[in-house]
Order: sequence, then structure tokens, then C-alpha cells
Amino acid sequence: MVGYIWAFLIGIGIIYSLLSGNISIINESILSNANDALKLILDLLPIIVLWTGILKIAEVSGLLDKFANFLNPILCRLFPDVPKDNKALGYISSNIAANMLGLGSAATPAGLKAMNELQKINPQKDTASTPMITFLVLNTAGVTLIPTTILALRVAYNSASPGEIILPAIMATACSSIAGVTLDYFIRKRK
Amino acid sequence: MEIISKIILPLFVVIIVFYGVKKKINVYDAFLEGAKEGLVTTFSIFPAVIAMIFAINIFLDSNFLGFVIKLLSPVLGNVSLPIEIFPMAILRPVSGTASLAIVNDIFKSFGPDSFVGRLASILQGCTDTTVYVIALYFGTVKITKIKHSLWVGLFADLVGIIMAFVLTNLFF
Repeated sequence: MVGYIWAFLIGIGIIYSLLSGNISIINESILSNANDALKLILDLLPIIVLWTGILKIAEVSGLLDKFANFLNPILCRLFPDVPKDNKALGYISSNIAANMLGLGSAATPAGLKAMNELQKINPQKDTASTPMITFLVLNTAGVTLIPTTILALRVAYNSASPGEIILPAIMATACSSIAGVTLDYFIRKRK
Repeated sequence: MEIISKIILPLFVVIIVFYGVKKKINVYDAFLEGAKEGLVTTFSIFPAVIAMIFAINIFLDSNFLGFVIKLLSPVLGNVSLPIEIFPMAILRPVSGTASLAIVNDIFKSFGPDSFVGRLASILQGCTDTTVYVIALYFGTVKITKIKHSLWVGLFADLVGIIMAFVLTNLFF
């Protein structure tokens, strides 16, 4: 899928600029944009490294688990079909907690384990079960408290107040999560 | 509101570090270990960043978007937003790197503190790569019938996009 989009962007760009006579711009673009990529990586690097360092402290000290335990009772209500003592709920909490803190590398393994546990109690192995869908809706809405990457980029471009977008971003992500979970709930009820 | 935005980050740092000290773990070693992982992760996305910057820059530099907007202007009326925000909103659920490349472009042209810069920041910060996550998570447990999950996920993204726009207007 990403492959097609990638090819589409390149194809459209080059064909359109050939037709509109702008090909010299594309020539420059091709030669200069690897440098742009390196600059972007270097812009992001310091703050991402700093933040993953800070978050490792939260992981090692057990604060992340504690946060997940705090989320657990709230999340349980969203998954009425999953037995209370099922391991999946713990993994779901860890996944959401790690996502909230912007710890993608810790979120994915927990998320995949949650999917494995949910698959064990799934009656139809090739079809998405209700809890799986709810989990993925929650996950893809991407509740993030600290959007590290975008903060790093704002710092790199000398924003007067890099952190000013944190609160609106949290509010937007909260709205999209609630909207997703609500829609999922109504679709579930209707069937 | 501004105070809350400014206090979130320091608050996080102080809670995390002091909790670590209270639990008597070696906070400094933990930090170094995490930072090292962050270094590896960041460099491991470098190829993807090169690939996406390459494609996005060719696409944006060709000004194909200007052509599309001109075609659509009888329908849309006059769009007062910089047009880069549209491909960003479309690409955000598919590839975080692609939309990040567009944010980079927007910051370069308009600055991070412009309206569109803030909008792009909130947009990038508020949703995740829905299509990618669904493909990965269902793929690992070999589920082929994904039912309404993709549509609900994309609907949530759409709400996020609309809210990002509303909140940028409200806050700034």
C-alpha cells in the first residue's frame, strides 16, 4: 500500500512537471532532498534520544506499569466480552499507556501480545472479533500526551513556544478517540 | 491554557525522575540505556525518511497540487489554507513519515508558529497511522476479515482532523 502511494507521488510529480515545463525544479529537488532528509533526522535526533532516555526511567522504575494499572479499570469497561482475568487486558493497558507517553517501541510488542491473547478467545480465527476492533480503534486514534517528534521539529525550526500545541493536540486526540469508540459501540449494539 | 501547555513537559520529567529515585533504581543508567535505544530507533527510520522526503518533495515541487486546487476552485470556492495541509491529512493515516515530511516542508515555508504550522503540528500529534497499525496487528494474528475496524479508525482520524482545525482557531 505504502509502495503504491510512494510510486504515485513520484510518478505524478515528475509527469506533471514534464507537462508543465517545470522539470528543472524537479532536477534540483531530486539532488537536494537527500540532504533535507538528513537534516530532518538530525533535527529530530536530540529530543527523541532525550525523551526515550527519560521514558526508560519510567519503564525500569515500574511507573509505566503503575500507569497501565491505573488505566486498567477504565479500559475493562470497553471490553465487556473479555474475561476480567484475561492477560489481554493487561497488555492492552500497557500498550495504551506506552502510546500515551509516546513510547512507540514499547507499545507495539505489548499491542501484538494483546492481539495474540484476543485471538486465543476468538471463535472465528479469520474474522476480527469485537474486542479486537475496539482495541484497534483505541490504538489508531493515537492518544498521545507528549508528541515527541513534532516537539523536536518545532524546536529545530525555532518555534517561540514549541510546547503550545501539546494541549490542543491532547484535546483533539481525546475527541477522536471518544468519537471512534462511540461509533464502534453503536455498530456493535446494532448487530 | 497556556500555563497548562507549558507545565506538562516539566511535570512529566520531574515525576518520572523522582519516582525512579524513590524506587531506588539507577536513574542515570536507565536514562543512558533508553537514550541509546532512541538513537538506534531514530537512525533505523533514516531510510524511510529519505524515501518519503524524496517522493513528497518531488510531488510538492511539481506544483501538481496548485493545478488540482485550480481545477476544484469552482467547487470549493477560495481556499484560504495553504494547500499542503490537504495531502498531509490524507497521508497521515497511511504513513507517519510521509506526513512528517510534509510538516517539515510546511515549517520550512511558513514557520512552526504560523497558523498552518500549528495546525500541522496538532494534526501530526493527534492521530496515529491507522492503516499501518491495522495491517500490522491483524496481519500478525492472520485475520483477513477486518469488518468495520478500518472505517471506524478512519472516522476517528477525520474527527481528529476537524478538531485540530477547530482547536487551532480557538487557541491561537
